[in-house]
Amino acid sequence: MERKKVTIDGNEAAAYTAFNINEVIAIYPITPSSPMGEWCDAWSAKKMKNIWDVIPSVSELQSEGGASGSVHGALQGGALTTTFTASQGLLLMIPNMYKIAGELTPTVFHVSARSIAAQALSIFGDHTDVMATRSTGFGLIASASVQEVMDMALIAQAAALESRIPFVHFFDGFRTSHEVMKIEQLAKEDMLAMMDQQLILEHRKRALSPDHPVIRGTAQNPDVFFQGRETVNKYYQACPEIVQKSMDRFAKIVGRQYHLFDYVGAPDAERIVVMMTSGCGAAEETVEYLTQREEKVGLLKVRLYRPFSIDHFIKALPKTTKVISVLDRTKEPGSPGEPLYLDVVNAISEKHLSGELEFFYPKIVGGRYGLSSKEFTPAMVKGVFDNAKKEMPKNHFTIGINDDVTNTSLDFDPGFSIESPETFRGKFYGLGADGTVGANKNSIKIIGEGTDHFAQGYFVYDSKKSGSTTTSHLRFGPKEIKSTYLVNSANFIACHQTVFLEKMDMLFDAIEGATFLLNTKASKEEVWDTLPEKVQQDLIKKKMKFFIVDAYKIASETGMGARINTIMQTCFFAISNIFPREQAISLIKDSIKKTYGAKGDKIVQMNFDAVDKTLANLFEVKVPEKVTSKIQLQPAVSGNAPEFVKEVTAEIIAGRGDLIPVSKMPADGTFPLGTTQWEKRNIALEVPVWDESICIQCNKCVIVCPHATIRAKVYDEKLLGNAPSTFKHMPFKAKGYGEGLAYSIQVAVEDCTGCGLCVDVCPVKNKTNTSLKSINMEEQIPLREKERANWDYFLTLPEYDRKKINSAQVKDSQFLEPLFEFSGACSGCGETPYVKLASQLFGDRMLVANATGCSSIYGGNLPTTPWTANKEGKGPAWSNSLFEDNAEFGLGFRLAIDKHILQAKGLLKKLSSEIGEKLVNELLNADQKDEVGIYEQRQRVEELKKKLTDAKLTNNGDAKDLLSIADYLVKKSVWIMGGDGWAYDIGYGGLDHVLASGKNVNVLVLDTEVYSNTGGQMSKATPRAAVAKFAAGGKPIGKKDLGLMAITYGNVYVAKVAMGANDAQTVRAFIEAEAYDGPSLIIAYSQCIAHGIDMAKGMRNQKAAVDSGYWQLYRFNPNLIKEGKNPFKLESKGLKIPLKDYAYMETRYKMLTKSDPETAKELIKLAQQDVYDRWNTYEQMAAEKPAENKENKQS
Amino acid sequence: MNLQTNYLGLELKNPIVPSAGPLSSEISNFKKFEDAGAAAVVMYSLFEEQIEHEALELDYHTTVTADSNAEASSYFPTDVEFKLGPEEYLEHIRKAKEAVDIPIIGSLNGKSLGGWTDYAKKIEQAGADALELNIYRLATNPELTGYDVEKEYLDIVKQVKSSINIPIAVKLSPYFSSLSWMAKLFEEAGADGLVLFNRFYQPDIDLENLEVVPNVILSTPMDMRLPLRWIGILFGKVNMDLAATSGIDNEKDVIKMIMAGAKVTQMLSSLLRNGIEHITDVLTKMIYWMEVNEYESLDQMRGSISHKNIADPSLFERANYMKALNSYK
Repeated sequence: MERKKVTIDGNEAAAYTAFNINEVIAIYPITPSSPMGEWCDAWSAKKMKNIWDVIPSVSELQSEGGASGSVHGALQGGALTTTFTASQGLLLMIPNMYKIAGELTPTVFHVSARSIAAQALSIFGDHTDVMATRSTGFGLIASASVQEVMDMALIAQAAALESRIPFVHFFDGFRTSHEVMKIEQLAKEDMLAMMDQQLILEHRKRALSPDHPVIRGTAQNPDVFFQGRETVNKYYQACPEIVQKSMDRFAKIVGRQYHLFDYVGAPDAERIVVMMTSGCGAAEETVEYLTQREEKVGLLKVRLYRPFSIDHFIKALPKTTKVISVLDRTKEPGSPGEPLYLDVVNAISEKHLSGELEFFYPKIVGGRYGLSSKEFTPAMVKGVFDNAKKEMPKNHFTIGINDDVTNTSLDFDPGFSIESPETFRGKFYGLGADGTVGANKNSIKIIGEGTDHFAQGYFVYDSKKSGSTTTSHLRFGPKEIKSTYLVNSANFIACHQTVFLEKMDMLFDAIEGATFLLNTKASKEEVWDTLPEKVQQDLIKKKMKFFIVDAYKIASETGMGARINTIMQTCFFAISNIFPREQAISLIKDSIKKTYGAKGDKIVQMNFDAVDKTLANLFEVKVPEKVTSKIQLQPAVSGNAPEFVKEVTAEIIAGRGDLIPVSKMPADGTFPLGTTQWEKRNIALEVPVWDESICIQCNKCVIVCPHATIRAKVYDEKLLGNAPSTFKHMPFKAKGYGEGLAYSIQVAVEDCTGCGLCVDVCPVKNKTNTSLKSINMEEQIPLREKERANWDYFLTLPEYDRKKINSAQVKDSQFLEPLFEFSGACSGCGETPYVKLASQLFGDRMLVANATGCSSIYGGNLPTTPWTANKEGKGPAWSNSLFEDNAEFGLGFRLAIDKHILQAKGLLKKLSSEIGEKLVNELLNADQKDEVGIYEQRQRVEELKKKLTDAKLTNNGDAKDLLSIADYLVKKSVWIMGGDGWAYDIGYGGLDHVLASGKNVNVLVLDTEVYSNTGGQMSKATPRAAVAKFAAGGKPIGKKDLGLMAITYGNVYVAKVAMGANDAQTVRAFIEAEAYDGPSLIIAYSQCIAHGIDMAKGMRNQKAAVDSGYWQLYRFNPNLIKEGKNPFKLESKGLKIPLKDYAYMETRYKMLTKSDPETAKELIKLAQQDVYDRWNTYEQMAAEKPAENKENKQS
Repeated sequence: MNLQTNYLGLELKNPIVPSAGPLSSEISNFKKFEDAGAAAVVMYSLFEEQIEHEALELDYHTTVTADSNAEASSYFPTDVEFKLGPEEYLEHIRKAKEAVDIPIIGSLNGKSLGGWTDYAKKIEQAGADALELNIYRLATNPELTGYDVEKEYLDIVKQVKSSINIPIAVKLSPYFSSLSWMAKLFEEAGADGLVLFNRFYQPDIDLENLEVVPNVILSTPMDMRLPLRWIGILFGKVNMDLAATSGIDNEKDVIKMIMAGAKVTQMLSSLLRNGIEHITDVLTKMIYWMEVNEYESLDQMRGSISHKNIADPSLFERANYMKALNSYK
C-alpha cells in the first residue's frame, strides 16, 4: 500500500496515532508534551473522527493528577483512553498508574520524556521522569525517532489490549517530540488491522456497569494483599512475547520490523553500546561509520524496557560480545548504577549463573549522557567505544560534560564528525519574532513533500520571552537521516539579524565551500566593511560563497512588517539549488496558499509580492581576498561584572554553557542575585526618550515599565556637578520633599525592550505637536553610547531615603528602588509591573515563593535573574518549588520565619540582662508598620548583633543561637506569586488551604487568564467567550470568581487590581495586603501576548476591562469589620462601556467571531450577562452595612 | 392608494427603504422591517478595507509570537478555520433572503478595483436583488486631481456593471465640482440609480485628551435639504432612478422627496431613534396625507416640484439662496 508521507514532529506523530485509536483523552498541559493534547483538541474541535468513526472527547483537567484520575475512570468505564504528559506531570500520575496497572487496565500514556526538577527545573529531555514510574507496573516502551513514535504508539496500544498491561510509550522530549521529520503516515487500515476488535470488546466487558455490577478498588489486609499482588505475575511474564507479536504483526501490515531489542552493527562485534530512545540515532550512525572502518562495534537498541525480558536481551547480543557500555539518560544519585545499567548487569549475571550465557562474562560499564537534552553526538559515542577498548574501562562515567570534581567524564574529540557529504546541513539564526523558525518548518515540508529526499528540522530557542534568539538546524538529502544532534558542520549558514554578527561566532560551524546568507541593510558594496574580523576571516579561509538581502526593506515594501520569513525562505531556495529556481518559487507559492489561504487573499498576495521582490534584491557578494575589519565580537558581559558572572553566567550567555565544568556549577542550585544587569541585550530598536520640558513628574511611565528600565530619582541638585552633559534633569516639584532637589527620568536603553507602554500611559502632550508626549520613542543605536553613560551616572545618584517616601502614593512609590529589573519577560508584559512594584515596596525584606510558569521563567531561568539586592545587600530571596505546591511552599517560609521570631523573642527575654532590658523591650515591642519603624528595628537588630558578638557572650550558646536568627526580628514579608494556571487550577487546593490557615502570607495572582508559559491553554480564569487552547470554540463557562471565594472566609484580605485602570488603587492594595496581619490575596489583571493585543497599549485593555465592568476593582479588608465599617469597597466606577467594546479589542475574543460567528454572538451575550450578574453581587456587597450593625438590628 | 414605485427595476410596494446601517446587521430585524412595511432593505456595507484589516490583524496577532519560545510554538489554537473573507456578509444576505420576501439590496465599499468586482460578484451570487456602491475617497494627496478621483469612481462603476447582472446604484457624496456632470457620467458608466447622499463620519477634537475622535451624529431633518435640492435638480436630467437619503424622518419628508423626484426614500437615523415600527407610522400618515390632499399615486406626485417642473427653476438654484436672504428683510 502506498502511504502518505508527512513532515511532522514527534508530538504530532504520537497524537495522530493516539487520536485515531482512542475514544477518551484527558490531558493537562506541560512542556514538552502539550502539543500532543493540543493537536487532539484541535482535531476533536474540527470533528475529525478516529478509525471507528468516533470523535474522541478531549478534556483538559486541573492537573496531571486530575487527568490521570479521569483516565482511570474512563478506563473503568470501558473507553479506550489515553493521556499525554512529561516530567512532573508524569510524577503526579504515579498514584493512579499503580491503580491502573494493578487493575490490569490496558492504556497507553504517551510521554515526551523530560528532566525532573532537582537542583533546578529543566524543560528539556531525559528519562528521569519515566524511570520514576518503573515500579508502577506500567510497561515502558521506547521510541527513538519520529517514525518510531507513530509506529510504537500503535504497537503499544495493541499489546496493551492483549496483555492487559498498561504502557508508558516514551520518547525524548524536544529531540524527538519537537524534531520535524519526513515520515510515512500510518493509514486507517493499518490501525484497524492492528486493533483487535475482540480485545476491545473484552476491555469494554470489564467496565464497571450497573448492568453487571462488581466492585473494584477494595481495601485488603495483611492476610491477602501480598497474594493479590502476585496474581499479576503471569501477565507480566506473557507481556514481552505479546509485544513482540504486536511488532511482528505490525511488520506484516506496514513493513517496518521492530524487536524488543534491535541490534545493529558488526555481527562479530566485541564492544556493544546498549541504550534507548533518540540517542540511538547518533549511536547507529557512529556504529555504521566505525564498522566500515573494520571496528568490531555494535548497538543494541532497547524498545521494550519494562517488562524487561532477559531472554530477549541476551539473544539479541552478538556472541562475540566482550564489553558492554550501557548508556542511561537519567541520574539516580546514590544508586549503584543507573537503571538500564543495573538491568543489564543483572541480565548477564542471571544468565551466567544459570549457565545460559553463550559467551564469556563481558565487562559491563554504565554511564550517563544527555541529561536535559545535553547534546549526544557521534564524537561522544566514539568516546564511549574508545573507553570500552581500555583494559579497565571507566565505569559510572559521564559523557558530554567536563566533570572535574569527581572525574566521571570520558574524554572525546569534539572535532570528530561523520556527517554525510550527501546531506544538506543548514543553520539559520533568527529572532523569535521574525518568523525564522516558521519559515524553516515550512521549508522542510516543501522539501519533504516535494522531493524523495529525507528531511529533518530541529529548533533551539534561548530562554528569553522577549527578543529571543532561535537557531534552526536543517538536514535533508537522499540518505536516511539518523543524526539526532545539532548541525555542527554546516554547508549553509543564514544570519537573519545583523546584530548577531557581533554577538556570536557566526561561521564557526561552516565547512569549506559553505554558503553564507546575511540579511543586512548594507549594500553589496558596503557590506564587507560591516562584518566583524572573525566573519571576514572565515569567509576567506573557508572559501565561502556570500549572499545578502535587505529583507526588512522588502518586508516593509510589501506590508509584511517585521516578518521576514517568506523573504528569507525564498533566498534560501534561490541559493541552495535544491530545486530549480522556477520550481522552488512555485513550491513556495503553493505553500503560501496552503498556509495563509484561510487568512484571506490579501495575506496570500502580500507573501507572493514578497517572494517576487526578494529575487530582485538577492545579491551575491564577491568575497575579497584580505581581512580588513577591526570589529571584534562583543564580550558577553562587562569587565566590571563579578567573578561568577564572568566565569559562568557570561559563558552561558555566549552560548558556551556546554563547556562549563562541573566545578563551576553551584552544588545545590544556589545562584547570586542581580545578574540581568550584566547582560545588556540591546534588543530594542526604539527606546523611550524623556522630554523634561513638559513632564509633570507623575511617574506613571515608571510604574508601568515591565522591565524597570525607565526610572525616576529625586536627589540633591548639587550632585549634578558630575553629570554627563547629556544627562537630563529638572527641578523637583512636589511638596514635602524640601528645597534644592532635582528630578530625573532615565532609561536603561541597553536593557529596554522597546515595548512603548511608558509612552502610551504618559498623560502629557506637547502643546504645539500633540503627536509628542513627555516620553517619546526614538531609535536606540544613535542614543546607545550617551545613554549608557547617563545610566551609569544615574545609578551613582543615591536612592531617596525610604523613610521619607509616602509609598502609598503612585508618584512617591516610584522613587523606591526596584529589586526586580531587566527580566526576560515579553515586551509589554502585564505581569512584571506588579512583581516590580512588590519588589519596590517590600523587596528589602521579602521572600518569594514562585509557582512554575512565566514568572518563574523570567524570574529564574538561567543565565540570569532579574531579582536583585540593594546597596546594603538586602533584597528578595526567591525560590520556585513546583507548579502545584506554591502556596504551601510559601506557607512553609512563613512557618519557619514565625518559628524563628518566636525563638528569637524567647532568647531575647532569656538574655535580657546581658543585652540590656531597654533594647530588649524595644526589640520586642517594635512598631514595624511603616518604613520608619522598620528602619528603627533594623538599627536595633544591628545593635543587638554587636552586643551578641561581644567578647563576654562568645561562649554563650543562647547568644550564638540568637545571633543566627536576630535578623528575623525585622519584619519579613512572604509573597506567594504565580499565574492563574497555578492559582485557579493546579494549585487551587493548596492556595485555598493556605488562605484558610490565617497565616500572614501575601498571595499575588498574575492573572493572564490562560496558561501563558505553555502557550495559552484555557484555565478556570479564562473568561467566557474567549478563545484559548482547549477552548478553540470559545470558552462556554464563565471565569471562576477566585476573589469572591476567598472573601467568604471573612478573614482574608482580598483585592482585585488593574494597574492600567487605577494605579493608585493597585498601590494601596499592595500596601494594605502586606500590612494585613493574616492571609491576603491580590488578583492582578495582566495583559499577555496570548490575548492577541497591541502590547504597547496593554494598559488601555486593562482600563477597558474595568470600564466594561468585566474586571471589577475592589478591596476587601477584614480590618474594617473591627471598625464597624463595610470591609468591601467596590472601586470600579460602573459599567461605562459594553463588554464587547472591551472584548473585541482582543484577538482572543475576536477570533471566535471569525471562526464561529453565531457562537461568538451567543457567548458574548452570556458573558455580558455574567458582567451584570457579578456587578449586581458586588454592588450589593458594597452597599451592605457591616455585620455588627446587622446583628444589633436583629437583636 | 397606490404607493408603488419602481426602483432599480424592482417593483416596490412603497418608497420606504431602510438604508445601509447597523439595523441590518441583525437578521431578526429583517422580519421586523418587512412587518413594519419596508419595501426593500439596503444591507449594511461590506468594507473591503475592513476585511483586509481584520485578516491582517488576526494573522499578525496569532503568528507574531509563534515559534519563538521552546515551551510554546503558538499562543492560540492552531488548525482553526476562519471566515475572513466576505463570507459572513454573504451568509447574512442569504439568511435575509430566506427570512423575507422583500428585495435585499447589497452595499459595498471596495478598496481596490479587483476587490470591487470580486465582492460585487459574490454579493450577486449570494442572492442580492441589487447593489449599492458606497464609493468615497477622501483625497488628501495634493497631487491627486479632481479628474483622477472622478475617473477612479467611474472606472469602479464601469467594472462592476460589466461584471454583474443585477442593477447597481451609486451612493454619492455631494462633494463634486459639477454634480450634474458626474451624474451624467455615472449614467453613461452604467449606473441604474443614484443615492443622494452619503453621510460620513466627521472627526471631532477631544479637548481634554487633545486627540481626534470619530464622531457619529444621527442625521436631523435639516440634512434632507441637500438631497432634496439635488434630486429636484437631477430629476428629468438623468434617466437613472434617484433615491433620497439623509434626514428623512416623517411622511412629509418622504412626500417632499418624491415630489422632488425620488423613486425611494431611505431611512436610518429616524429608525434608530424611533424603532423599526416607525416605518408603519410613516406609511399610515403618508396615505392619510395623500388621501386628504387627493393624490392617487406616487407616480402622480413624483418630480412635480422638481427643477424641471416648477415655474421658477431658479428656486432650486443660487437664487433660492438670495431669496432666502431677501425673506429676512
